[in-house]
Amino acid sequence: MENAYLSQGVEVDKGENARLSSLIGAMAISDLVKTTLGPKGMDKILQSIDPNDQSISVTNDGATILSKIPLDNAAAKVLVDMAKVQDKEVGDGTTSVAVFCGELLREAETMLMQARIHPQTICAGWRLATKVARETLDSMATNTITDDDLMNIAQTTLSSKLVNAEKEHFAKLCVSAVKRLGGSGNLDHIQIIKLPGGSLRSSYLEEGFLLEKSIGVGQPKRLEKCNILLGNTSMDTDKIKIYGSRVQVDSLNKVAEIEQAEKLKMKRKVDKIIGHGCNVFINRQLIYNYPESLFAQQGIMAIEHADFDGIERLAAVTGGEVASTFENPEKVQLGYCEVLEEVIIGETRVLRFGGCKSGAACTIVLRGSSNHVVDEAERSVHDALCILAATLKHPRRIYGGGCTEVAMAQAIDKAAMETTGKKALAMSAYAKALLQLPMTVADNGGYDAAELITQLRAAHAAGNNSCGLDMDQGIVGNMEELGIMESYKSKLQVVTSASEAAEMLLRVDDIIKSAPRRREEMI
Amino acid sequence: MSMVYDEYGRPFVILKEQQAKNRVKGVDATKANILAARSISNILRTSLGPKGMDKLLVSPDGDVTITNDGATILSQMEIHQPVAKLLVELSSSQDDEIGDGTTGVVVMAGALLEQAEILMSKGIHPVRIARGFEAASQVAIDHLAKISEKVEFSKDNLQPLLTTAKTTLSSKILQPHKEKMAGIAVQAILDVADIERHDVNFDMIRMEGKTGGSLEDTCLVNGLVLDKEFSHPQMPTMIKDAKLCILTCPLEPPKPKTKHKLQIDSAEAYEELYNQEQKYFRDMIQKIKDSGANLVICQWGFDDEANHLLLQQELPAVRWVGGVEIEHIAIATGARIVARVEELTPDKLGTAGKVEQISMGTNSSRQQDRILVLEDCANKKAVTVLVRGGNKMIVDEAKRSLHDAMCVVRNLVKDNRVVYGGGSAEVSCSLAIRKHADTITGVDQYAIRAFADALDDIPLALAENAGLSPINEVTAIKSRQVKEGIHTIGLGLLSLNETEFTIDSTKGDHTMDMKELGVFETLIGKQQQMQLAAQVVKMILKIDDVISEGQYR
Repeated sequence: MENAYLSQGVEVDKGENARLSSLIGAMAISDLVKTTLGPKGMDKILQSIDPNDQSISVTNDGATILSKIPLDNAAAKVLVDMAKVQDKEVGDGTTSVAVFCGELLREAETMLMQARIHPQTICAGWRLATKVARETLDSMATNTITDDDLMNIAQTTLSSKLVNAEKEHFAKLCVSAVKRLGGSGNLDHIQIIKLPGGSLRSSYLEEGFLLEKSIGVGQPKRLEKCNILLGNTSMDTDKIKIYGSRVQVDSLNKVAEIEQAEKLKMKRKVDKIIGHGCNVFINRQLIYNYPESLFAQQGIMAIEHADFDGIERLAAVTGGEVASTFENPEKVQLGYCEVLEEVIIGETRVLRFGGCKSGAACTIVLRGSSNHVVDEAERSVHDALCILAATLKHPRRIYGGGCTEVAMAQAIDKAAMETTGKKALAMSAYAKALLQLPMTVADNGGYDAAELITQLRAAHAAGNNSCGLDMDQGIVGNMEELGIMESYKSKLQVVTSASEAAEMLLRVDDIIKSAPRRREEMI
Repeated sequence: MSMVYDEYGRPFVILKEQQAKNRVKGVDATKANILAARSISNILRTSLGPKGMDKLLVSPDGDVTITNDGATILSQMEIHQPVAKLLVELSSSQDDEIGDGTTGVVVMAGALLEQAEILMSKGIHPVRIARGFEAASQVAIDHLAKISEKVEFSKDNLQPLLTTAKTTLSSKILQPHKEKMAGIAVQAILDVADIERHDVNFDMIRMEGKTGGSLEDTCLVNGLVLDKEFSHPQMPTMIKDAKLCILTCPLEPPKPKTKHKLQIDSAEAYEELYNQEQKYFRDMIQKIKDSGANLVICQWGFDDEANHLLLQQELPAVRWVGGVEIEHIAIATGARIVARVEELTPDKLGTAGKVEQISMGTNSSRQQDRILVLEDCANKKAVTVLVRGGNKMIVDEAKRSLHDAMCVVRNLVKDNRVVYGGGSAEVSCSLAIRKHADTITGVDQYAIRAFADALDDIPLALAENAGLSPINEVTAIKSRQVKEGIHTIGLGLLSLNETEFTIDSTKGDHTMDMKELGVFETLIGKQQQMQLAAQVVKMILKIDDVISEGQYR
């Protein structure tokens, strides 16, 4: 009937159909990333569909996987969006949030189809359950964290990644990098440089700042006590931007004259720059040969073409400002570092800025046998850094290894017993969905998940609040002793955003889908 | 076929290219129109009320919207049938005027059309039906005014406003946080409202959405929030007692609009031009500095050199600020929008107590989100609601819901008469109309009675969506209203303290006194709903010929 009044190509799914289509979409997404969950999770290969770019990446980072797959299902898009926000907000737990949301909807499907419970009732039950879950989580979290905790949190995050084998090494890297920030939590000061070659083990933390650029010809290769001027100005012919000017001359002499004027102008500019009392000049734009040679004559190190991120980061770590005009040297804040030298890592020459004004600055140099390995290592380190920064901001931690999930599930189950009405069923379903998280982790490890989870539940029921899964041995272990810990903030975000999204999808009863906009055929 | 005959009896066709045109006439046309309109209202019907469901809309570009706001659903539905489009407009005019009840008005129109169809099959002329509806709607509106009650509120007693906002929010995704959100909505309105004059300037309330955090982190900022950052990373991130100037000219080299060509033919000319260029920048920045400003808001971009000069002159600046934002800043800070740097004078500056750049999310530069917050503006009344949420769709829906809630509160400030919700007002009107119908003789009586039947459809839909037995509930409301003479009896879907309705098994139905529950809607909103629905239905019924042009080739 709808087709009579809607534009061509518009599709309408109604009631049960609509609900099923969104539930299935969400479950598919959850199933897709499910196998990557936990320390024994598997990786995915992603290949681009663009025929010109057949590059691949290997990853088990939920947000990366989800953002790279083209989707047609509306509900699936909601899940992907949610994972991305999780990535942005806390940086970790992107897989968990998608899996949990998918599991919630899977439970909802059974309730809808078999028990015939109204979606609104399910939502009401979930809301109560979320409340209980949050209270439980709150009561389980510590109010302070120690350095050991940070180390443990980093290791827990890294244990599910490619760098698992070297997790202690990497955790140390990340923790010391984040601690240098001194609580500011500004990850800008941590630079990650990827250099394929060597092994993961040889990744290290470099004090100060590395820049993958080279020094101009004939200029000093090593300087101490550097005053750095950071510039964002054109150092080519420096065209005059005013009006649409152009040069028109009638003789060769005049050409030479104007060229001379141009050179003079450049020379004056260089002089002004030198007038700032700097011995290092770093420009975001190109530096042509002529000014370069001028700098070389004065014994000044000139570095060209630092990219935008690079220059801003340099400004942050050396404490200088990015200058574009050079009229008032007294007003320009120069950057400073103890030593600037060209060093060789692997086969690559890089510039090292040591002893920067901001002691927070440091660089993590990632090594690995191939591009894909360092790429994945970067993602893992990024996750770990984010979660550490978030933990420092909200200094509370909880036990990992499925410990909190089981505790939350149990609290919800208990609350469900005390609730009357069909809501209680929805609450138990919520608890079941929560249990799916450790269940999946155990499954991925190739252990008998049902057996392990029931043992874990029994342990919690007996009052061992710190019990969780020991994935190395496949037994229930004490998380405190094993040092498996997670950030409170991250877990909280997983629980709240997954339930918000699941509720939203469940409330849908019609899907109205417009015809895709027609695009001109690409020639 | 529009075949006519000329004076010689030869047939000819008035409408050319018959094949390309689509034409329906007479009763068929009316019936087809009714069908189209009703299928639209059927889609919205399930979204009505606190237990209504949401719709998931996928745009042609694949963007996903999830909402249960009637106006939003219809506007994104790509409807091409002309009469169905009327309903879209109906809902959007309710949205513009009242801001709430956009679903209700469409459901109401659908119900009226359904009744009209039955009457037409009895052989009643559409125009007579329309006239009956018109008369009935007048009775309903008068009756609403009669049963309406005044709610008294003041700055110290905001409870009635909060209750209304909560009623509106209870049908939305914000339901779990409705206490807090209602508080935000009421506070925002009161901040900008002029209670004496019963006037609310909606322009002073801005809504900014940012993904991340959860819905609970939504907050009301006393001032403006801009999704922008300072133009140079080294500019201070906090300015106290800001004096800001608003520019709508780019801080870039001038580009004369007339066609021109500047030729350089000597080294001197080159030199001169260079100096002029430098001077141009310096003058520009100096003028800004001279005006006493310490913050520059610009609609356009900055040249790198200009940007650095700004930094040197300690003039924090924001570039690429959109036109709407510019206007808001101008209103809030009392600044004048200046189109040329030359025209900048100290009295054109605006003031803000504190301007701060705040970072959100994980602090890596790749994904950093920075926002600017302008607080304590010259015009104290400007406020911004900063909406946070788990993902983009939730944030968008939260924004729409808060907007609805604010509209309702605004309506109360404008006119503090209310009627009670939960279908009680509709049932009460329906009873009054039925009584009135008995006093009329002729065909109109049928039409008026049909209007009363259509009104019953609202509580029916409410009950249906909540999974209750519709007929039982509605008849129970009616009988209680008549028996007990209380016109505030309605369908209680939410109880006072809990978010859930309680089942009172002894009674067998969910009728409750809406006054006790505190569920009410504004009188103007309800009146507008009935009036608009009746008008549109009248318009649809009067159409007897639809000629649509064929596809243009």
